[in-house]
Amino acid sequence: MIEIKDLHKSYKMGSNSLHVLKGINFSVEEGELVAIMGSSGSGKSTLLNILGMLDELDEGSYVLDGVPIKNLNETKAANYRNKFLGFVFQSFNLINYKSAMENVALPLYYQKVGRKERQEKALKYLEQVGLKEWATHLPNELSGGQKQRVAIARAMAAEPKVLLADEPTGALDSKTSYEVMDLIQKINDQGNTILIVTHEPDIADMCKRIVHLKDGVIIEDKKVEQVRAAQYV
Amino acid sequence: MFDKDRWKEIIEVLTSNLFRTILTAFGVFWGILILIILLAAGKGLENGIKSDFGDIATNTMFMWTRSTTKPYKGLPKGRNFRFKLEDVTSIRDNFSNLRFVSPRNQLGGFGGANNVIRGINAGAYNVYGDYPEIINQDPMSITAGRFINHSDIKEKRKIAIIGEGVKTGLYKKDEKVIGSYIKIQGVSFLVVGTYKKKSNGGDGEEGQKEIYVPFTSFLQAFNRADNVGWMAITANDGSSISDLKEGIVALVKEKRKVHPKDKRAVGHFDLYEQYNRVESLFGAMRFIAYFVGVLVLLSGIIGVSNIMLIVVKERTKEIGIRRALGEKPWSIKLQILMESIFLTITSGMAGITVGALFIYGINKVLEMNGPVDMFLNPSVSLGVVVSALLILVFSGLLAGFIPAQSAIKTRPIDAIRAE
Ligand SMILES: Nc1ncnc2c1ncn2[C@@H]1O[C@H](COP(=O)(O)OP(=O)(O)O)[C@@H](O)[C@H]1O
Ligand SMILES: [Mg+2]
Repeated sequence: MIEIKDLHKSYKMGSNSLHVLKGINFSVEEGELVAIMGSSGSGKSTLLNILGMLDELDEGSYVLDGVPIKNLNETKAANYRNKFLGFVFQSFNLINYKSAMENVALPLYYQKVGRKERQEKALKYLEQVGLKEWATHLPNELSGGQKQRVAIARAMAAEPKVLLADEPTGALDSKTSYEVMDLIQKINDQGNTILIVTHEPDIADMCKRIVHLKDGVIIEDKKVEQVRAAQYV
Repeated sequence: MFDKDRWKEIIEVLTSNLFRTILTAFGVFWGILILIILLAAGKGLENGIKSDFGDIATNTMFMWTRSTTKPYKGLPKGRNFRFKLEDVTSIRDNFSNLRFVSPRNQLGGFGGANNVIRGINAGAYNVYGDYPEIINQDPMSITAGRFINHSDIKEKRKIAIIGEGVKTGLYKKDEKVIGSYIKIQGVSFLVVGTYKKKSNGGDGEEGQKEIYVPFTSFLQAFNRADNVGWMAITANDGSSISDLKEGIVALVKEKRKVHPKDKRAVGHFDLYEQYNRVESLFGAMRFIAYFVGVLVLLSGIIGVSNIMLIVVKERTKEIGIRRALGEKPWSIKLQILMESIFLTITSGMAGITVGALFIYGINKVLEMNGPVDMFLNPSVSLGVVVSALLILVFSGLLAGFIPAQSAIKTRPIDAIRAE
């Protein structure tokens, strides 16, 4: 599903440049649930953003579901993001003047799905995250956990090939975190490929594989026995 | 592209800070309002001055004699002369594209002695010996009876058409005018008609104090032999009298043995040229109106552009999120452009509407208080409104262009990180 080879990325800061990713080799199969771990500043978000086509790599290659990702213009990148990828952010990033349902329906709008079908699908996904009754509420009327569940519903609405989540539980207390992880595990159970950036070991243990980043390289990549979140909910 | 969701979003964005939106809209509103009012005022002035020209055939020149200033062919300078009737014929023969050539003789004049008597009343009036065609070149409306006709000319009838001003001078209020006799320098003329000249200019009063008699009767009654004092010449619609003028003047100079370079001997005046001069003045006024209006409008547009930039900046993060969800750059640009055009057009329409109401009000006031000198029926044409709308769409595009560009300039990842 994802295949990256010898990936390098550095940021230019004035005259000197910061080499963040120093040759990453890594691949993900369909249906995996991968945690990307590492200390703060180790380049986890950078890696995820490159995988999400929000940022560009300097060197190396990236193939997503057989499609080489390079030299994309913005229109094409937008198209791929829309069709292949779903994003979940630490700070939810819901659009605050749109209702929960409108937020979930957005990726479908960009796919030119008709209004009615869009609303039906959005409701269906809201139901899956248990927020059907909150469909007409604005984000600021929702709790943090609810917001993140709306964000997950939004990411899943366009039925992406890969779900990318950057510290999805970073802003939540542990109980709510486990609820969100429970949801993510259920989505993964349906066969969806998911990558999660986290620095919390208990969250990482709820995945099926842990990739450890340090100083811009992968120092460890291991399969783990998944801890089900449902038992803590 | 223009679906319900897009419109909903435009309204949401523009109403989210309504006060700011209204302030911004005011700039455009003001610009278009000033443009419309300036154009309407210019049009009012133009209508007013043009109506002073009345229905006069503007393709007309007038020509009269003065004394010579150069000796020629043995004749001395300072000589007084008159056109002759044969000159009229030769002008007609030599210039085929003339519509009317009307010779005229004149008696009396400003401040002259009383020359017209009726019973115990007397007055000083301009008396003209004219051909029937003059009514087309110096238009008047016949208020009773008739004007001179060709059999009057042929039979040298002693008839007269008098102005409304003459009538009030010589007659009592309810007295019968048609069929009465007046004495012009001792010669009796039968009054067959009265006229009124339409003219808002300063000579309005003077124009009503004239008496018209047949050209031939004039010659006979006042012993003018075959002299002609004055001519009114109108060209056919296709050709310009200004172009023919030189040739006509040269021809009569030749016939009257006047030095070709004698500039003073033949006086002439060309309505067409005059009209064109006025016309170009209005052209200049229109230009100024557009110039000022468009400049004010431009500052309004810059205001819109500025606000759109701020809106885009405020929405940087949102735009980043939308791009992460897969919205295409052109769609974001379109959104910003449509917001800008919508704002510009709505406020512009408001300006046009208020401008139209204002003009309507002015017209009502003018109607109620009677005509004002040199100002009549201020208005803007549909063409102006349409072009104002086009200017608005264009301005909206212009105002939105830079903000739209800046909306997609930031990379999505930086946009999402923005606070
Ligand atoms: N846009 C950027 N410009 C410059 N430096 C950046 C940028 N994004 C991240 N960095 C730097 O790159 C390093 C890795 O950042 P990041 O990938 O966000 O780390 P993590 O998510 O693992 O905490 C950090 O030192 C960070 O300061
Ligand atoms: Mg990070």
